[in-house]
Amino acid sequence: MFKQVDLPAAEMQREVCIYVEGRATQVRAGQTLAMALLGDGVVPFRRTPVSGSPRTPLCLMGVCFDCLVEVDGSQNVQSCLVEVREGMQVRLPLGARRLEEAV
Amino acid sequence: MSETHDTFTHDLVIVGAGPAGMAAAIEAAQCGLRTVVLDEQPRAGGQIYRNVTVAPETVARLLGPDYRRGADLARRFALANVDIHHQTTVWDISRDLTVMAQKVDRSFRARAPQLLIASGAMERPSPMPGWTLPGVLNAGAAQIALKTGGQIPDGRVVLIGGGPLLLLVACQLLEAGARIAAIVETSPASNRKQALPHVWGALRTPALLVKGLRMLQTIKRAGVPLFKHATDVRIDSGGEDRPDAAQRVGSVSFSASGVAHRLDTDMVLLHHGVVPNTQISRLLRVDHAWSDAQLAWQPTVDEWGQTSLSGFRMAGDGTAIAGALAAEASGAIAAIGAAVALGKLDVDRARERAAPWRVRLAKQTAIRPFLDALYRPPKWLTECADETVVCRCEEVTAGRIREMVRLGCQGPNQTKFYSRCGMGPCQGRMCGITVTQVLAQALGASPQQVGAYRIRAPLKPISLGSIAALEPSVTPTK
Repeated sequence: MFKQVDLPAAEMQREVCIYVEGRATQVRAGQTLAMALLGDGVVPFRRTPVSGSPRTPLCLMGVCFDCLVEVDGSQNVQSCLVEVREGMQVRLPLGARRLEEAV
Repeated sequence: MSETHDTFTHDLVIVGAGPAGMAAAIEAAQCGLRTVVLDEQPRAGGQIYRNVTVAPETVARLLGPDYRRGADLARRFALANVDIHHQTTVWDISRDLTVMAQKVDRSFRARAPQLLIASGAMERPSPMPGWTLPGVLNAGAAQIALKTGGQIPDGRVVLIGGGPLLLLVACQLLEAGARIAAIVETSPASNRKQALPHVWGALRTPALLVKGLRMLQTIKRAGVPLFKHATDVRIDSGGEDRPDAAQRVGSVSFSASGVAHRLDTDMVLLHHGVVPNTQISRLLRVDHAWSDAQLAWQPTVDEWGQTSLSGFRMAGDGTAIAGALAAEASGAIAAIGAAVALGKLDVDRARERAAPWRVRLAKQTAIRPFLDALYRPPKWLTECADETVVCRCEEVTAGRIREMVRLGCQGPNQTKFYSRCGMGPCQGRMCGITVTQVLAQALGASPQQVGAYRIRAPLKPISLGSIAALEPSVTPTK
């Protein structure tokens, strides 16, 4: 959905590897997880628990909560507020949790 | 109450490291206050100067001098003698001003006799059919994408709404090489007439007017189609025949000058101005007033940022929208007010110290009545069609809210109770203002009479483990 602006090599951040639903992907360090996922073409980030409608971030500033994903086992992380880290494991919440998943 | 709960960890706790919070911290340190700043983001700057300390040169150049000037403020902030905690989420504040915050999965407590909230602004929600589709973002979000990732929209973009930020984002995206398919302005034609009497105030800051005219020129020169006074705006997906297209935005429809339009697009950016983020001031139950000029709630503050709760101050766009330069001034003034309350500064010295800030504040706020009138969001935005989702989290529509009014609901806390509207993960941040306005129209009452959501802790999702790992108090960073 987003793409990198052309930057001279000296201004480019190094790459880190994150895992989205187990799939390894190289992204630029220094950016938020939400931006990394948008740059990687992840659509949707989540599905609503109510109707299962697909969502991607609206605000990117911590207000809308449509960027919620699971990061390294922690649920409901606002991906617009955390930066990518090498080896980060990301899972996408695609609907309401079932009881057996919760326990 | 435990011993730690009664002990002050600092003289002043500041929440938020945008222009207001940073300026307040610098001023407070100069006044000799032991100060701690708690900020949600990885580094200083707030939204306006987000990432300014590390943004690549090329990106900073694209964003322009108004962005770059934040680097100097952030530098002085980093050097100030204050404790700074980034990536720190405030999740509760009690009326004795005890602040509960979380940093790296652990909660801690900070407490001071003076508390300054510089929570800044958020973009006004733009409820319209289709606004929950993937690929629909706020215009400010596209600017944040540029600030934090050096990224621009990939594909065609349609911008919808009105306000200085809409034009600024359009210009910055054009400069960065994005493909803008159209700008659909929603400000009604009548706004111009309403703005005219305020033009003298705007002329006190001619530089801002010139900036605005330049932006319009840039857009015109780029050949971007500009539609004015649009109504009946709706966003649709790319169609049901391809599963991936059905899951994201595909087109925008609207009427302008009596003609119906439909534009294909890959992304939609919405913007109808910004409003104070009042989540914390609502949690603390201080007085708020509905501003009819800005169509938003404003916490009531005196000339030193003092709210109706003793020791609790607010500054910057979190009190009323006036922009980054005004926020710096009101932040500094609130810090001076805190120093007086703490007996670190006498009133005469404080007035002297605040005087140059007040000059700047007056200059920056002079243009606001003009901008507020010129870019007043159209009435149809909150008189939205019944099918429009108002509460994005719980997917409650405008029609459902009106139905609840017919069943006897009198205010937003009742509609919340009956429908979960405002009870999802965002805790009413996104729908609160719309729900109040929809209810006010349906009830024939004023927003002030209808009121707002009661906000309760935790303000952000935190784990029980984080509370269990509670540290007795904040650890100094310097």
